[in-house]
Amino acid sequence: MTLLAQSQLQETFELNIGPQHPATHGVLRVKVIMDGEYIVKAEPVLGYIHRMHEKMGENRTWNQFWPNLGRLDYLSAIAYNHGYAGLLERAMGIEVPERAEYIRVITVELNRLQSHLLWFGAFILDLGGFTPLMYAFDEREQILDLLESVTGSRLTYCYFRFGGVYNDVDDDFITGTRAFIKRLRPQIPMYHDLVTKNVILMERLVDIGHISADMCRKYGATGPVLRGSGVNFDIRKNEPYSVYPELDFDVPVYHECDSMARYMVRMDEMEQSMRIIEQALDKMPDGPVKAEKAPKILKPPKGDYHFAVEAARGTFSMRTVSDATNTSYRMRLRSPTYSNLSLFEEASRGMLLSDALAFMGSLDLVIPEMDR
Amino acid sequence: MDELIRILSYFVGIAAFLGLNLAYLGWVERKGAGHIQRRIGPKDVGPYGLLQPLADGLKLMSKQLVVPDNADRLLYMSAPVLAMVATVILFVTIPWGENLVPREFDYGLIMIFAVASAAGLSILLGGWASGNKYSLIAGTRAVSQSVAFEIPMLITAITIVMITGTMNLNEIIRSQSGMFWNWNVFALDKSILMPISFLVFFVCSMAEINRAPFDLGEAESELVAGYITEYGGMGFGLFMMAEYGNMMIGASLTTILFLGGWQCPFGLFPGPHWFLLKMYFLIWTIVWIRWTYPRTTLWGLLNLSWKYLIPFSLVNLLVTALFIKVF
Repeated sequence: MTLLAQSQLQETFELNIGPQHPATHGVLRVKVIMDGEYIVKAEPVLGYIHRMHEKMGENRTWNQFWPNLGRLDYLSAIAYNHGYAGLLERAMGIEVPERAEYIRVITVELNRLQSHLLWFGAFILDLGGFTPLMYAFDEREQILDLLESVTGSRLTYCYFRFGGVYNDVDDDFITGTRAFIKRLRPQIPMYHDLVTKNVILMERLVDIGHISADMCRKYGATGPVLRGSGVNFDIRKNEPYSVYPELDFDVPVYHECDSMARYMVRMDEMEQSMRIIEQALDKMPDGPVKAEKAPKILKPPKGDYHFAVEAARGTFSMRTVSDATNTSYRMRLRSPTYSNLSLFEEASRGMLLSDALAFMGSLDLVIPEMDR
Repeated sequence: MDELIRILSYFVGIAAFLGLNLAYLGWVERKGAGHIQRRIGPKDVGPYGLLQPLADGLKLMSKQLVVPDNADRLLYMSAPVLAMVATVILFVTIPWGENLVPREFDYGLIMIFAVASAAGLSILLGGWASGNKYSLIAGTRAVSQSVAFEIPMLITAITIVMITGTMNLNEIIRSQSGMFWNWNVFALDKSILMPISFLVFFVCSMAEINRAPFDLGEAESELVAGYITEYGGMGFGLFMMAEYGNMMIGASLTTILFLGGWQCPFGLFPGPHWFLLKMYFLIWTIVWIRWTYPRTTLWGLLNLSWKYLIPFSLVNLLVTALFIKVF
């Protein structure tokens, strides 16, 4: 602001994007100071959907906190389930049966697939293309049906339990998942033909919204945003958990640092998720899906525990301090898009309004997760 | 007396034709979009949702017109009317068939360009009078877009005037009689660049009428609904109908200038049916493009006009002049 001459300052105006605006996908408000169509300063304002999930974690018993996990990031809720399950299993030293771990990986990856599909549709919608949204929803519906058949819900999953999962998968789910992968796989090249190679889309995404790896480190951005800036960092590879080390998959990394790179990372991740699901279905052993020794009432020993997972939008980690009672003494959630959004102010300076909104779409924001 | 009957039948005819078209092009667009997007589209009101436009119209008419507090009341109310008036006036020039012209002007082409600019003005007016920042941005965008795209459009039209030697729309069509290679779009003996010139004109007409992928004036994900953000009820309805009317004008003009208007491609039975067939085909193409492509940015749009379309249409003008001089 100080860089602007006084006369220039008088020509700027303030624009409130949100809390209700088609581009913000939720109740995010961005206070923008505009100079014509250029953005001088964009300041995201949070707090419109704050529900104090962390505080709830401190006055509910460990088991009572489960439903909250489905209501943070409503698009990759199962990964959040995984984070919480992993946290308490690490604290209590619970051994999880192998079948349960495979089921966890399959459901988490299915969840990641539907999250990326929805992002794909919504992102192109941000750019003004309506049709890919419907195509993506058509595929996403199949995943929701599959997940509904095992978890019982379609969006706010509460499927994992300490020491396993709530419900075993049946043959219908396994054959259905295989059929779905078969169906989705040829769709991805179709999306590339329809959308990625489009001249207008290239014009909107290539070299727009540059985020350097340094900026990502400065603000703690993770997930596809970080991998689109050329940093190979994925919790599934870097701090392996569950049965991910036994599965063969790649981490897509692009070095262009622009919106297109982030777009391509997510498109490639869909293919990798499909590979993971296929391998996990093949390798899944028989056996129990819940640890038999898992106690009904949990009292983790005193200490400070931490567990991180790779959710669809980046690193989700939970930290808790236990005082050996049936509730948490302190609970802290670290959600990816809060950090991903915080770089928006710096990166959007001097951008055109339409580019800035395309850039915001490429960050893949889910508001209830950053504003817990 | 004859003149009176002529005027009356024009009013009744054009009101019926326009009313039907403006309502049902909306249905075509929604149904078409539905099928493009793997869904059904409107289906509940009447068979195949055919009564949907009627239901929508009734709903829009029964809604209260809310004028925002900081809006300029007079301009706010008159902008949609102006948009609609400009569109309806334009239909007076269109030669649907050889003897089916509401009014044959010797300068019909100029008339169309003159009045069509008022449509751009109505968007600016609506955007400015709403007293909303989104609307204002949309209004300014729409004007710079209109200005940028009117230039290549006019230059291309001048090329046609040079070839045909008249600005009378009916005469332009008559000069394209015979088989389809006599149409201006295939008139390679007049200028080798004619097919590309047709595309330039078509793209410009799409940009002129603010259709996707050039719908920057109502860019939904950026400006909520652009210049119609503050409009509800029939204010919105009139803007919507004017958009479809402009679509028809754009498609008609392209048909007249390049596709031989009411001429049959094989020289048989020319008539209004050929005109309508070509016009609806172009309208369907516009709808099809809207549901396929994402939106451009204002910068990309202006670059397209100033760096590609205007130089190209100037080159085409030069080439045509050379062809006319040499052959």
